[in-house]
Amino acid sequence: MRGLVGKKIGMTSVFDEIGRSIPVTVVEVPAAVITQIKTEETDGYNAVQVSSFDRKEKNVSKAVNGHFAKAGASTKAVVREFRDFIPEGLTIGDELKAEDVFSVGDIIDVAGTSKGRGFSGVIRRHNFSGVGDETHGQHNRLRAPGSIGGASDPARVFKGMRMAGQYGSERIKVKNLSIAKILPESSLVLVTGSIPGPKGSYVEILNKTSES
Amino acid sequence: MDKLKLVEQSLVVDDIPEFTAGDTVNVHYRVREGEKERIQQYEGVVISERGSGPNKTFTVRKMSGSIGVERIFPLNSPFIAKIDVKRRGKVRRSKLFYLRELRGKAARIQEKGDKTKK
Repeated sequence: MRGLVGKKIGMTSVFDEIGRSIPVTVVEVPAAVITQIKTEETDGYNAVQVSSFDRKEKNVSKAVNGHFAKAGASTKAVVREFRDFIPEGLTIGDELKAEDVFSVGDIIDVAGTSKGRGFSGVIRRHNFSGVGDETHGQHNRLRAPGSIGGASDPARVFKGMRMAGQYGSERIKVKNLSIAKILPESSLVLVTGSIPGPKGSYVEILNKTSES
Repeated sequence: MDKLKLVEQSLVVDDIPEFTAGDTVNVHYRVREGEKERIQQYEGVVISERGSGPNKTFTVRKMSGSIGVERIFPLNSPFIAKIDVKRRGKVRRSKLFYLRELRGKAARIQEKGDKTKK
């Protein structure tokens, strides 16, 4: 699937051709360098490895720097692989721009790491509604999970019981968004709807519209 | 954040006249009726502005007979054909919701620069 890596900038809204206001997320998608092309024969599957966003050379190991040098690229921060992405006529070291991979109206998935919410209770984490009243003498069960199962039968708590715990900071893929606008001169892409993660986080944009 | 501003600037319609709360404006609004498109005029006092950039909206209040009508327009909507500023009002606040309680003579707004007491 064709795709590129971007950086979440923030949200705004645009008007579409019939005048509706559409919420959009602005994603910075700079030109990515192809640093490796994997093929069925050598690697067992077809994929393209792209690298984008500059990083200081001293912050990356020599081995990784060597990998970038092989492609003639400067040191990059994000290296991602897109499977079954056959870049026709492109070789290692070539650049892929947002407008090469996406066009307005393309259906996309966006994957990223969601905002970390730490150790969260069941109300935030699983949309529980809490227990009991705020008043009428009730005092400390407001955000409690309630019963977690039976008593002597089954004499245990079932696996997968939804409880408090770490929430967020996990990989989330939002499906079936679309490209609202591409601004090639500032390498920005406007994606309909919201995408995972805080501003400044890296996201993968996957183009699901078949190769044109 | 700068990049977000850059995008927002590109989305803002730039030929809108300046106006603010208290001003009387005539909004030429495109209305689609089936296949046909026509322009509807809506004139009244701007009683509120909110939001910024492409999300900015403004509320226009007018009296339709004895019934007050308020309409909220997205400032950058492609349906707005033209905005005429008819009159600049002198008001001391940015939200003129107090006008809802007033009728007739009491609901008048002094024109900017007009020194004669009402």
